Amino acid sequence: MIRVQLPAPLRRLTKTEGIVELEISTPVTQRKLLDALELRFPMLRGTTRDQQTKKRRAYVRFFACGEDLSDASPDAVLPQAVASGKELFLIVGALAGG
Amino acid sequence: MKGVRVLVGTKKGAFILTASKKRQSWKIDGPHFAGWEIYHMTGSPADPNRLYASQTSSWFGQVIQRSSDGGKTWETVGNEFKYKGEPGQHQWYDGSLRPWEFKRVWHLEPSLDDPDEVYAGVEDAALFRTKNGGKSWDELPGLRGHGSGPQWAPGAGGMCLHTILLDPSRPERMTIAISAAGVFRSEDRGKTWQPSNKGLVSLYIPDPKAEVGHCVHRIASHPDRPDVLFMQKHWDVMRSDDAGANWYEISGNLPTDFGFPIAVHAHDPETIYVVPIKSDSEHYPPDGKLRVYRSRSGGNEWKALTKGLPQKNCYVNVLRDAMSVDRHDPCGIYFGTTGGQVYASNDEGNSWQTIAGHLPAVLSVEVQTLS
Repeated sequence: MIRVQLPAPLRRLTKTEGIVELEISTPVTQRKLLDALELRFPMLRGTTRDQQTKKRRAYVRFFACGEDLSDASPDAVLPQAVASGKELFLIVGALAGG
Repeated sequence: MKGVRVLVGTKKGAFILTASKKRQSWKIDGPHFAGWEIYHMTGSPADPNRLYASQTSSWFGQVIQRSSDGGKTWETVGNEFKYKGEPGQHQWYDGSLRPWEFKRVWHLEPSLDDPDEVYAGVEDAALFRTKNGGKSWDELPGLRGHGSGPQWAPGAGGMCLHTILLDPSRPERMTIAISAAGVFRSEDRGKTWQPSNKGLVSLYIPDPKAEVGHCVHRIASHPDRPDVLFMQKHWDVMRSDDAGANWYEISGNLPTDFGFPIAVHAHDPETIYVVPIKSDSEHYPPDGKLRVYRSRSGGNEWKALTKGLPQKNCYVNVLRDAMSVDRHDPCGIYFGTTGGQVYASNDEGNSWQTIAGHLPAVLSVEVQTLS
Protein backbone atom coordinates (compact mmCIF):
# COMPACT_ATOMS: atom_id res chain seq x y z
CA MET A 1 0.00 0.00 0.00
CA ILE A 2 1.52 3.32 -1.12
CA ARG A 3 0.85 6.28 1.12
CA VAL A 4 0.66 9.72 -0.50
CA GLN A 5 0.42 13.08 1.21
CA LEU A 6 -1.26 15.75 -0.88
CA PRO A 7 -0.69 19.48 -0.35
CA ALA A 8 -3.53 21.34 1.33
CA PRO A 9 -5.02 22.87 -1.87
CA LEU A 10 -5.29 19.41 -3.44
CA ARG A 11 -6.75 17.91 -0.26
CA ARG A 12 -9.49 20.53 -0.47
CA LEU A 13 -9.96 19.81 -4.17
CA THR A 14 -10.29 16.06 -3.57
CA LYS A 15 -12.23 16.52 -0.32
CA THR A 16 -9.78 14.24 1.46
CA GLU A 17 -8.06 14.54 4.80
CA GLY A 18 -4.78 13.04 5.88
CA ILE A 19 -3.02 10.41 3.81
CA VAL A 20 -4.26 8.87 0.55
CA GLU A 21 -3.55 5.16 0.19
CA LEU A 22 -3.08 3.56 -3.23
CA GLU A 23 -2.59 -0.02 -4.41
CA ILE A 24 0.08 -0.07 -7.13
CA SER A 25 1.74 -3.09 -8.68
CA THR A 26 5.51 -3.35 -8.44
CA PRO A 27 7.80 -1.95 -9.55
CA VAL A 28 6.38 1.31 -8.21
CA THR A 29 7.32 4.39 -10.21
CA GLN A 30 6.34 8.05 -10.02
CA ARG A 31 4.36 7.68 -13.26
CA LYS A 32 2.38 4.69 -11.99
CA LEU A 33 1.75 6.46 -8.70
CA LEU A 34 0.41 9.61 -10.39
CA ASP A 35 -1.62 7.52 -12.86
CA ALA A 36 -3.25 5.68 -9.94
CA LEU A 37 -3.82 8.93 -8.07
CA GLU A 38 -5.54 10.56 -11.07
CA LEU A 39 -7.61 7.44 -11.71
CA ARG A 40 -8.96 7.62 -8.19
CA PHE A 41 -9.29 11.41 -8.17
CA PRO A 42 -9.95 12.58 -11.75
CA MET A 43 -10.06 16.20 -10.58
CA LEU A 44 -6.31 15.96 -10.02
CA ARG A 45 -5.62 15.65 -13.74
CA GLY A 46 -3.47 18.58 -14.74
CA THR A 47 -2.74 19.70 -11.18
CA THR A 48 0.61 18.02 -10.62
CA ARG A 49 1.68 17.42 -14.23
CA ASP A 50 0.70 18.57 -17.68
CA GLN A 51 -2.19 16.52 -19.06
CA GLN A 52 -0.59 16.16 -22.47
CA THR A 53 3.16 16.01 -21.90
CA LYS A 54 2.97 14.54 -18.37
CA LYS A 55 5.74 16.96 -17.42
CA ARG A 56 5.73 17.97 -13.75
CA ARG A 57 4.27 21.42 -13.11
CA ALA A 58 7.03 23.89 -12.30
CA TYR A 59 5.89 24.67 -8.75
CA VAL A 60 5.14 21.08 -7.73
CA ARG A 61 7.80 19.00 -5.95
CA PHE A 62 7.99 15.31 -5.04
CA PHE A 63 9.77 14.33 -1.81
CA ALA A 64 10.30 10.93 -0.18
CA CYS A 65 12.73 9.42 2.31
CA GLY A 66 14.27 12.81 2.92
CA GLU A 67 15.15 13.25 -0.74
CA ASP A 68 13.90 15.52 -3.50
CA LEU A 69 12.73 13.20 -6.28
CA SER A 70 11.20 15.99 -8.37
CA ASP A 71 13.65 15.71 -11.22
CA ALA A 72 14.00 11.93 -11.18
CA SER A 73 12.76 10.08 -14.22
CA PRO A 74 9.02 9.38 -13.98
CA ASP A 75 9.86 5.77 -14.75
CA ALA A 76 12.57 5.39 -12.12
CA VAL A 77 11.68 2.89 -9.41
CA LEU A 78 10.72 4.65 -6.17
CA PRO A 79 12.54 3.71 -2.93
CA GLN A 80 11.47 0.41 -1.36
CA ALA A 81 10.37 2.25 1.77
CA VAL A 82 7.80 4.16 -0.36
CA ALA A 83 6.70 1.04 -2.22
CA SER A 84 6.13 -0.78 1.06
CA GLY A 85 4.20 2.10 2.58
CA LYS A 86 6.73 2.64 5.34
CA GLU A 87 7.57 6.12 4.06
CA LEU A 88 5.23 8.73 2.62
CA PHE A 89 5.40 10.03 -0.95
CA LEU A 90 4.92 13.75 -0.51
CA ILE A 91 3.47 16.01 -3.19
CA VAL A 92 4.45 19.53 -2.20
CA GLY A 93 3.67 22.99 -3.45
CA ALA A 94 7.01 24.73 -3.89
CA LEU A 95 7.79 27.62 -1.59
CA ALA A 96 7.08 30.59 -3.82
CA GLY A 97 5.23 33.08 -1.71
CA GLY A 98 1.48 33.30 -1.67
CA MET B 1 -35.13 32.65 -4.00
CA LYS B 2 -36.05 36.06 -5.37
CA GLY B 3 -33.64 38.92 -5.26
CA VAL B 4 -29.97 39.07 -6.14
CA ARG B 5 -27.06 36.67 -6.09
CA VAL B 6 -23.63 38.29 -6.34
CA LEU B 7 -20.83 35.95 -7.40
CA VAL B 8 -17.47 37.18 -6.18
CA GLY B 9 -14.17 35.66 -7.29
CA THR B 10 -11.13 36.54 -5.18
CA LYS B 11 -7.44 35.77 -4.90
CA LYS B 12 -8.19 33.18 -2.21
CA GLY B 13 -11.58 31.70 -2.96
CA ALA B 14 -15.14 32.44 -4.06
CA PHE B 15 -17.96 34.07 -2.14
CA ILE B 16 -21.68 34.20 -2.86
CA LEU B 17 -23.60 37.19 -1.53
CA THR B 18 -27.38 37.15 -1.53
CA ALA B 19 -30.10 39.66 -0.76
CA SER B 20 -33.76 40.26 -1.42
CA LYS B 21 -34.93 42.59 -4.16
CA LYS B 22 -34.56 45.51 -1.74
CA ARG B 23 -30.81 44.78 -1.65
CA GLN B 24 -30.33 46.16 1.83
CA SER B 25 -29.43 43.15 4.00
CA TRP B 26 -26.80 40.73 2.74
CA LYS B 27 -25.75 37.19 3.54
CA ILE B 28 -22.20 36.07 2.70
CA ASP B 29 -21.52 32.44 1.90
CA GLY B 30 -17.95 31.17 1.49
CA PRO B 31 -15.15 30.81 0.96
CA HIS B 32 -15.68 28.22 -1.72
CA PHE B 33 -12.51 26.69 -3.19
CA ALA B 34 -10.53 28.24 -0.33
CA GLY B 35 -6.99 29.28 -1.10
CA TRP B 36 -7.40 29.17 -4.89
CA GLU B 37 -7.67 32.13 -7.23
CA ILE B 38 -11.15 32.41 -8.67
CA TYR B 39 -10.68 34.47 -11.79
CA HIS B 40 -14.35 34.36 -12.72
CA MET B 41 -17.62 32.86 -11.53
CA THR B 42 -20.83 33.35 -13.45
CA GLY B 43 -24.29 31.95 -14.07
CA SER B 44 -26.18 30.78 -17.13
CA PRO B 45 -28.82 33.19 -18.45
CA ALA B 46 -30.83 30.11 -19.43
CA ASP B 47 -30.70 28.48 -16.00
CA PRO B 48 -29.73 30.67 -13.04
CA ASN B 49 -28.94 27.64 -10.90
CA ARG B 50 -26.20 26.59 -13.31
CA LEU B 51 -22.98 28.29 -12.30
CA TYR B 52 -19.43 27.95 -13.57
CA ALA B 53 -16.20 29.00 -11.87
CA SER B 54 -12.63 29.29 -13.08
CA GLN B 55 -10.44 28.05 -10.22
CA THR B 56 -6.75 28.47 -10.82
CA SER B 57 -3.35 28.37 -9.17
CA SER B 58 0.19 29.08 -10.28
CA TRP B 59 1.14 25.88 -8.46
CA PHE B 60 -1.62 23.47 -9.44
CA GLY B 61 -3.02 24.81 -12.70
CA GLN B 62 -6.58 25.16 -13.91
CA VAL B 63 -9.77 23.64 -12.49
CA ILE B 64 -13.29 24.32 -13.72
CA GLN B 65 -16.13 24.00 -11.22
CA ARG B 66 -19.82 23.65 -12.04
CA SER B 67 -22.87 23.97 -9.83
CA SER B 68 -26.43 22.97 -10.70
CA ASP B 69 -28.04 24.30 -7.52
CA GLY B 70 -27.05 27.94 -7.43
CA GLY B 71 -23.71 27.38 -5.74
CA LYS B 72 -24.78 25.15 -2.83
CA THR B 73 -22.78 22.22 -4.20
CA TRP B 74 -20.08 22.02 -6.85
CA GLU B 75 -18.43 19.43 -9.03
CA THR B 76 -15.24 19.56 -11.02
CA VAL B 77 -15.59 19.21 -14.79
CA GLY B 78 -13.11 19.11 -17.65
CA ASN B 79 -10.00 21.24 -17.31
CA GLU B 80 -8.02 20.38 -20.43
CA PHE B 81 -7.56 23.39 -22.70
CA LYS B 82 -5.52 22.20 -25.65
CA TYR B 83 -4.75 24.56 -28.51
CA LYS B 84 -5.68 23.16 -31.90
CA GLY B 85 -2.78 22.51 -34.24
CA GLU B 86 0.58 24.18 -33.87
CA PRO B 87 0.44 26.67 -31.01
CA GLY B 88 2.20 29.42 -32.96
CA GLN B 89 4.07 32.34 -31.45
CA HIS B 90 3.22 35.73 -29.98
CA GLN B 91 5.30 38.66 -28.80
CA TRP B 92 6.83 38.67 -25.37
CA TYR B 93 7.41 41.80 -23.28
CA ASP B 94 10.91 42.24 -24.69
CA GLY B 95 9.79 41.93 -28.30
CA SER B 96 10.97 38.35 -28.73
CA LEU B 97 8.58 35.62 -29.86
CA ARG B 98 7.25 32.94 -27.53
CA PRO B 99 5.04 29.95 -28.21
CA TRP B 100 1.45 30.01 -27.03
CA GLU B 101 1.15 28.30 -23.64
CA PHE B 102 -2.09 27.82 -21.73
CA LYS B 103 -2.01 29.42 -18.28
CA ARG B 104 -5.54 29.99 -17.00
CA VAL B 105 -9.16 30.79 -17.82
CA TRP B 106 -9.87 34.47 -17.29
CA HIS B 107 -13.51 34.64 -18.28
CA LEU B 108 -16.44 32.27 -18.73
CA GLU B 109 -19.40 33.35 -20.85
CA PRO B 110 -22.37 30.97 -20.85
CA SER B 111 -24.48 30.97 -24.00
CA LEU B 112 -27.74 32.89 -23.85
CA ASP B 113 -29.99 29.88 -24.34
CA ASP B 114 -28.14 26.67 -23.38
CA PRO B 115 -26.77 26.11 -19.88
CA ASP B 116 -24.41 23.42 -21.18
CA GLU B 117 -22.76 25.72 -23.72
CA VAL B 118 -20.07 28.05 -22.39
CA TYR B 119 -17.28 30.07 -23.96
CA ALA B 120 -13.96 30.44 -22.15
CA GLY B 121 -11.45 33.22 -22.71
CA VAL B 122 -8.00 32.08 -21.72
CA GLU B 123 -4.38 33.16 -21.28
CA ASP B 124 -2.41 32.81 -23.56
CA ALA B 125 -5.19 34.37 -25.57
CA ALA B 126 -7.60 31.99 -27.24
CA LEU B 127 -11.30 31.18 -27.22
CA PHE B 128 -12.62 27.78 -26.17
CA ARG B 129 -16.15 26.38 -26.03
CA THR B 130 -17.89 23.52 -24.29
CA LYS B 131 -21.21 22.14 -25.44
CA ASN B 132 -21.50 19.51 -22.72
CA GLY B 133 -21.51 21.52 -19.52
CA GLY B 134 -17.75 21.70 -19.23
CA LYS B 135 -16.88 18.03 -19.66
CA SER B 136 -14.68 18.90 -22.61
CA TRP B 137 -13.44 22.11 -24.17
CA ASP B 138 -12.55 22.77 -27.82
CA GLU B 139 -10.72 25.75 -29.17
CA LEU B 140 -12.28 27.96 -31.83
CA PRO B 141 -8.97 28.22 -33.66
CA GLY B 142 -9.99 30.83 -36.21
CA LEU B 143 -9.29 33.61 -33.73
CA ARG B 144 -5.74 32.61 -32.83
CA GLY B 145 -5.24 31.67 -36.48
CA HIS B 146 -6.34 35.05 -37.74
CA GLY B 147 -2.77 35.72 -38.83
CA SER B 148 -1.96 38.65 -36.59
CA GLY B 149 -0.93 36.45 -33.64
CA PRO B 150 2.78 37.29 -33.88
CA GLN B 151 1.79 40.93 -33.21
CA TRP B 152 -0.17 40.12 -30.05
CA ALA B 153 1.60 40.87 -26.78
CA PRO B 154 0.77 40.36 -23.13
CA GLY B 155 -0.46 43.24 -21.03
CA ALA B 156 0.88 43.57 -17.50
CA GLY B 157 -1.53 40.89 -16.31
CA GLY B 158 -0.75 38.44 -19.10
CA MET B 159 -1.99 37.89 -22.64
CA CYS B 160 -5.58 37.28 -21.72
CA LEU B 161 -8.84 37.02 -23.59
CA HIS B 162 -11.04 38.73 -21.01
CA THR B 163 -14.23 39.90 -22.73
CA ILE B 164 -16.75 37.81 -24.68
CA LEU B 165 -19.90 39.55 -25.93
CA LEU B 166 -22.72 37.49 -27.40
CA ASP B 167 -25.27 39.35 -29.50
CA PRO B 168 -28.82 38.37 -28.50
CA SER B 169 -30.25 39.63 -31.79
CA ARG B 170 -27.62 38.04 -34.04
CA PRO B 171 -26.46 34.65 -32.70
CA GLU B 172 -23.83 34.45 -35.42
CA ARG B 173 -22.05 37.55 -34.10
CA MET B 174 -19.45 37.45 -31.32
CA THR B 175 -17.11 40.16 -30.10
CA ILE B 176 -14.08 39.49 -27.93
CA ALA B 177 -11.21 41.53 -26.53
CA ILE B 178 -7.63 40.62 -25.75
CA SER B 179 -5.01 42.46 -23.76
CA ALA B 180 -2.90 43.47 -25.61
CA ALA B 181 -4.20 42.71 -29.07
CA GLY B 182 -7.53 44.51 -29.13
CA VAL B 183 -11.04 43.76 -30.30
CA PHE B 184 -11.97 41.02 -32.75
CA ARG B 185 -15.40 40.31 -34.22
CA SER B 186 -16.86 37.21 -35.80
CA GLU B 187 -19.98 37.11 -37.95
CA ASP B 188 -20.05 33.31 -38.26
CA ARG B 189 -20.27 32.03 -34.68
CA GLY B 190 -16.56 32.18 -34.10
CA LYS B 191 -15.22 30.44 -37.20
CA THR B 192 -13.49 33.48 -38.66
CA TRP B 193 -12.49 36.78 -37.08
CA GLN B 194 -11.53 40.29 -38.06
CA PRO B 195 -9.79 42.97 -35.97
CA SER B 196 -12.18 45.70 -34.91
CA ASN B 197 -9.95 48.47 -33.62
CA LYS B 198 -10.41 51.37 -36.04
CA GLY B 199 -10.37 54.63 -34.12
CA LEU B 200 -8.33 53.35 -31.20
CA VAL B 201 -5.15 55.33 -30.53
CA SER B 202 -2.51 53.83 -28.24
CA LEU B 203 0.64 55.83 -27.68
CA TYR B 204 2.48 52.89 -26.10
CA ILE B 205 2.79 50.90 -29.34
CA PRO B 206 5.00 51.77 -32.33
CA ASP B 207 2.05 52.61 -34.56
CA PRO B 208 -0.57 54.21 -32.29
CA LYS B 209 -3.32 53.42 -34.82
CA ALA B 210 -2.21 49.87 -35.61
CA GLU B 211 -4.78 47.30 -36.67
CA VAL B 212 -3.90 45.15 -33.63
CA GLY B 213 -1.85 45.60 -30.46
CA HIS B 214 -4.17 47.78 -28.36
CA CYS B 215 -4.54 47.09 -24.66
CA VAL B 216 -8.31 46.94 -24.36
CA HIS B 217 -9.32 46.46 -20.73
CA ARG B 218 -13.03 45.79 -21.03
CA ILE B 219 -16.01 46.14 -23.38
CA ALA B 220 -19.67 46.31 -22.39
CA SER B 221 -22.93 46.57 -24.26
CA HIS B 222 -26.65 46.65 -23.55
CA PRO B 223 -28.57 43.58 -24.77
CA ASP B 224 -31.31 45.73 -26.32
CA ARG B 225 -28.80 47.70 -28.36
CA PRO B 226 -25.93 45.36 -29.12
CA ASP B 227 -24.45 47.51 -31.91
CA VAL B 228 -23.44 50.13 -29.34
CA LEU B 229 -20.27 49.12 -27.52
CA PHE B 230 -18.48 50.89 -24.70
CA MET B 231 -14.79 50.32 -23.98
CA GLN B 232 -12.42 51.07 -21.15
CA LYS B 233 -8.98 51.01 -22.76
CA HIS B 234 -5.54 51.16 -21.13
CA TRP B 235 -6.05 54.88 -21.57
CA ASP B 236 -9.25 56.34 -23.06
CA VAL B 237 -12.91 55.48 -22.69
CA MET B 238 -14.29 54.70 -26.13
CA ARG B 239 -17.60 54.07 -27.87
CA SER B 240 -18.70 52.40 -31.08
CA ASP B 241 -22.14 52.80 -32.66
CA ASP B 242 -21.54 50.20 -35.36
CA ALA B 243 -20.66 47.05 -33.43
CA GLY B 244 -16.99 47.90 -33.24
CA ALA B 245 -16.34 48.84 -36.86
CA ASN B 246 -15.39 52.36 -35.73
CA TRP B 247 -14.55 53.73 -32.29
CA TYR B 248 -14.50 57.27 -30.93
CA GLU B 249 -13.45 58.70 -27.60
CA ILE B 250 -15.99 59.61 -24.90
CA SER B 251 -13.63 60.31 -21.98
CA GLY B 252 -14.96 63.87 -21.73
CA ASN B 253 -14.61 65.37 -18.24
CA LEU B 254 -13.33 62.25 -16.45
CA PRO B 255 -10.49 63.09 -14.02
CA THR B 256 -8.43 60.36 -15.71
CA ASP B 257 -9.43 58.04 -18.51
CA PHE B 258 -7.37 55.11 -17.28
CA GLY B 259 -9.25 52.27 -15.61
CA PHE B 260 -10.36 48.70 -15.98
CA PRO B 261 -14.12 47.97 -15.78
CA ILE B 262 -17.02 49.53 -17.64
CA ALA B 263 -20.69 48.67 -17.22
CA VAL B 264 -24.01 49.63 -18.80
CA HIS B 265 -27.20 50.38 -16.86
CA ALA B 266 -29.71 47.52 -17.19
CA HIS B 267 -32.61 49.72 -18.33
CA ASP B 268 -30.98 52.72 -19.98
CA PRO B 269 -28.50 51.90 -22.74
CA GLU B 270 -27.08 55.45 -22.60
CA THR B 271 -26.15 55.25 -18.92
CA ILE B 272 -22.68 53.86 -18.31
CA TYR B 273 -20.29 53.50 -15.38
CA VAL B 274 -16.50 53.55 -15.03
CA VAL B 275 -14.05 53.71 -12.11
CA PRO B 276 -11.19 56.05 -13.03
CA ILE B 277 -7.74 54.98 -11.85
CA LYS B 278 -4.90 57.48 -11.61
CA SER B 279 -2.54 56.05 -14.22
CA ASP B 280 -0.98 52.95 -15.73
CA SER B 281 1.73 52.98 -13.08
CA GLU B 282 -0.46 54.12 -10.17
CA HIS B 283 -3.34 51.68 -9.98
CA TYR B 284 -5.47 53.51 -7.43
CA PRO B 285 -8.12 56.24 -7.52
CA PRO B 286 -6.97 59.84 -7.99
CA ASP B 287 -6.55 61.78 -4.73
CA GLY B 288 -7.29 58.68 -2.64
CA LYS B 289 -11.02 59.07 -3.39
CA LEU B 290 -12.94 56.07 -4.66
CA ARG B 291 -15.37 57.47 -7.18
CA VAL B 292 -17.59 55.74 -9.67
CA TYR B 293 -18.35 57.98 -12.62
CA ARG B 294 -21.70 57.78 -14.38
CA SER B 295 -22.63 59.20 -17.73
CA ARG B 296 -26.30 59.43 -18.63
CA SER B 297 -25.51 60.63 -22.13
CA GLY B 298 -23.53 57.68 -23.43
CA GLY B 299 -20.23 59.31 -22.57
CA ASN B 300 -18.38 62.66 -22.50
CA GLU B 301 -20.44 64.11 -19.65
CA TRP B 302 -19.63 62.31 -16.42
CA LYS B 303 -20.71 62.77 -12.82
CA ALA B 304 -18.83 61.46 -9.79
CA LEU B 305 -20.80 59.14 -7.51
CA THR B 306 -19.34 59.21 -4.01
CA LYS B 307 -22.06 58.73 -1.40
CA GLY B 308 -21.06 55.74 0.72
CA LEU B 309 -17.65 55.32 -0.91
CA PRO B 310 -14.37 56.18 0.87
CA GLN B 311 -13.29 59.73 0.01
CA LYS B 312 -9.87 59.80 1.62
CA ASN B 313 -6.87 57.51 1.90
CA CYS B 314 -8.30 54.93 -0.51
CA TYR B 315 -5.69 53.26 -2.72
CA VAL B 316 -7.40 50.15 -4.06
CA ASN B 317 -7.95 49.11 -7.66
CA VAL B 318 -11.05 47.74 -9.38
CA LEU B 319 -10.18 45.04 -11.89
CA ARG B 320 -11.74 44.59 -15.32
CA ASP B 321 -14.17 41.79 -14.44
CA ALA B 322 -15.09 43.21 -11.05
CA MET B 323 -18.12 45.37 -11.93
CA SER B 324 -21.63 44.28 -12.81
CA VAL B 325 -25.27 45.36 -12.75
CA ASP B 326 -28.54 43.70 -11.80
CA ARG B 327 -31.83 44.02 -13.69
CA HIS B 328 -34.06 45.14 -10.85
CA ASP B 329 -35.70 48.55 -10.89
CA PRO B 330 -33.98 50.73 -9.86
CA CYS B 331 -30.93 49.13 -11.37
CA GLY B 332 -28.29 47.86 -8.94
CA ILE B 333 -24.56 48.41 -9.52
CA TYR B 334 -21.83 46.30 -7.90
CA PHE B 335 -18.07 46.33 -7.83
CA GLY B 336 -15.24 44.74 -5.88
CA THR B 337 -11.79 46.07 -5.05
CA THR B 338 -8.30 44.72 -4.65
CA GLY B 339 -8.69 45.68 -1.00
CA GLY B 340 -11.40 43.07 -0.56
CA GLN B 341 -14.43 45.34 -0.38
CA VAL B 342 -17.58 44.74 -2.40
CA TYR B 343 -19.76 47.82 -2.83
CA ALA B 344 -23.37 47.83 -4.00
CA SER B 345 -25.81 50.50 -5.01
CA ASN B 346 -29.54 49.78 -5.12
CA ASP B 347 -30.32 53.16 -6.67
CA GLU B 348 -28.37 53.36 -9.93
CA GLY B 349 -25.17 54.48 -8.21
CA ASN B 350 -26.60 57.45 -6.27
CA SER B 351 -25.55 55.83 -2.99
CA TRP B 352 -23.42 52.85 -2.03
CA GLN B 353 -23.16 50.38 0.79
CA THR B 354 -20.32 48.03 1.68
CA ILE B 355 -21.80 44.56 1.35
CA ALA B 356 -18.51 42.76 2.10
CA GLY B 357 -15.68 44.59 3.79
CA HIS B 358 -12.81 42.23 4.31
CA LEU B 359 -12.59 39.64 1.55
CA PRO B 360 -9.35 38.70 -0.22
CA ALA B 361 -8.54 40.87 -3.24
CA VAL B 362 -11.53 40.78 -5.57
CA LEU B 363 -10.89 39.54 -9.11
CA SER B 364 -14.44 39.35 -10.45
CA VAL B 365 -18.01 40.31 -9.63
CA GLU B 366 -21.04 38.96 -11.46
CA VAL B 367 -24.66 39.51 -10.54
CA GLN B 368 -27.66 37.29 -11.08
CA THR B 369 -31.12 38.83 -10.91
CA LEU B 370 -33.40 36.15 -9.49
CA SER B 371 -37.16 36.24 -9.99
